[in-house]
Amino acid sequence: MTLLEFSRGPMLHFALIVFVLGVLWRLVAVSLLGWRKSKTKWRNSTADAVKGGAIATGNRSWPHPEFLDRTAFGEAVGYGYHIGLFAVLLLYAPHVVFWKNLFGVNVPFWPTLPSGLMSVISIVTIFVMFIATVRRYMHKPLRRISNFDDWFTLFILYVLMLSGVMLVFGLGGRYEWVLATHIISFNALLIWFPFGKLMHAFYIFPSRFITGYKHEKKGASS
Amino acid sequence: MTTTVIEERRQTGTPDADLSPSEREQRAMRGFAQHFGAYAALNLESCIHCAICADACHFYIATEDPKYTPILKAEPFKQAFRRESGAFAPLFKMLGLKKKVTAEQLEEWQELLFDSCNMCGRCSLICPMGIEVAEIIEVGRRAMAEAGLAPKALADRARHQAETGQPEESERPYAEVLADIGRENDLEVSLDKDRADIMVCLPRTDLERHPESVAAMLKIMNSLGANYTFRSDALIAENYGYYAGSRGLQRKITKRITDTAKKIGAKTVIVPECGHAYTALRWQAADIIGEELPFRVLHITEYLGEQLADGKLKLGQVNGESYTFHDPCQIVRKGGVMDAPRELMKAMGVNLKEMRNKKAFSFCCGGGGGVNDLESARKLRLRAQENKLREIDDTGADRFMTSCSDCRVAFSDAGEHHRWDKKTDSLIELVAANIKE
Repeated sequence: MTLLEFSRGPMLHFALIVFVLGVLWRLVAVSLLGWRKSKTKWRNSTADAVKGGAIATGNRSWPHPEFLDRTAFGEAVGYGYHIGLFAVLLLYAPHVVFWKNLFGVNVPFWPTLPSGLMSVISIVTIFVMFIATVRRYMHKPLRRISNFDDWFTLFILYVLMLSGVMLVFGLGGRYEWVLATHIISFNALLIWFPFGKLMHAFYIFPSRFITGYKHEKKGASS
Repeated sequence: MTTTVIEERRQTGTPDADLSPSEREQRAMRGFAQHFGAYAALNLESCIHCAICADACHFYIATEDPKYTPILKAEPFKQAFRRESGAFAPLFKMLGLKKKVTAEQLEEWQELLFDSCNMCGRCSLICPMGIEVAEIIEVGRRAMAEAGLAPKALADRARHQAETGQPEESERPYAEVLADIGRENDLEVSLDKDRADIMVCLPRTDLERHPESVAAMLKIMNSLGANYTFRSDALIAENYGYYAGSRGLQRKITKRITDTAKKIGAKTVIVPECGHAYTALRWQAADIIGEELPFRVLHITEYLGEQLADGKLKLGQVNGESYTFHDPCQIVRKGGVMDAPRELMKAMGVNLKEMRNKKAFSFCCGGGGGVNDLESARKLRLRAQENKLREIDDTGADRFMTSCSDCRVAFSDAGEHHRWDKKTDSLIELVAANIKE
């Protein structure tokens, strides 16, 4: 079995199992700690609170204007590379084929972007990721709270993105080796996902919702 | 830092002064686990380490010291959670990826949890993940109290209040002080009635430092003809158990008020101009005593807002001076009493010049959550308050007021220190001055 066969065969399957079970377990483990019932008479009804939770889930995607003068740059950088990563992951034709094959689905309309545009998006995304990395190091609070999780996650993303760009431009040696590196880094991302901060992709909605729900029950702002 | 300040910070605040470091660690972890549920876990788990919360915190903004990043204040508990009860705790523990929280680390964090956090909740509004940082700080304070690491100034007052009803010895019982204020202002004081529809509490800071505010409360309640009473056995609104993080003491202090209110058949308990008292009684009392409250808890501005809407409170117009208003975090941002203060001001024709950060986004006064009581925190607090004083000045308003006595104390101290030209007025005093009999 070649390295490439290994990366897209057993290793990918293993990574997917770790990803799915790990993510589920991490979500379940939080719930097992128990949701406390309150005896407080809230100001607003449960229906209002659900609405408040739903609103908070959406409106936390955009910072409150009161904070923007201090946060605009960081928000732009964060959004920049997240949008880039999503575009590369979901709109690049070879990736769309990969997803269709992996899940065995035949989605009739799955839009893709031209490969030239995808190359530009990929390079811009790497550049914005680099800014985010430099910022994580230079910005004092960011640096102070950063740990192995942050740096290791960034490392995997760099390997994944750079190997992808190298594939497109035929750089870095034998195609099979670079492709294997690309797939292995993707597998590593899946394996690491449930253990670190990447879990925010799943926590983001319940976290925002519950805070919005709790605030609305009191009539407080979200 | 002076030796006294270090001593105040380091001395244990509980009778467990001689606990060994390992006992402190165990107690902190046990206390943390007791008060930790799925919501707190979700809050800790969701953090993406973006540090944006620093940009909402008055302590960080003033100092630019990264140790004041709000989520960092929860770090020992995040560490403990990942190591002891997170989804992959055995793995993290076995591989040594998360170190054990040490007593030394907890002592170091005492300043971050008590001196440099008012639990004002502004950081909760900025977090893109919706993390309620103030909730984690509260759980953290409880763990610190269990470990005997609540600051002495808060823990001593909490114990004293739980035992006597007063946070500290006073020259005379506060009920006598209240009676005197009534006599001096020619106002009737409804004290210790056996039955009343409304029970009113007072901030001890007002009894000691702002008797004019107490007189305003008396004038308003008398003018409204309410069937109310103050109770000498449940007079003080502040809850030092909440400040100190001691759930046991908070419960005792809360029960003094709830039991008395039940005994006299009160339908409403009015919390005066005191923010954290509102949080402790309005949002936490039922859970901490373990039963639904058979009465409503209203902040005084909320009560007056209702009276205004019902046409029972009639107000005259103020003079042409302009005002700006500080929204107390526990009442407005975290308490949801958003409109009542402004409705009262509108009814009096107040020319209100709003601050840039107002209502839910208002910067904290810097003194709440027990910070006013910590000498060790004063220097940092005064520095953090400069930004707020500038914001108040930028409105160009002639006068400044708020509706929380703790905020008032904090602003008065800052004003004196920074030689600020404004006095901090009380909204209730303005209402009392303009009430139509």
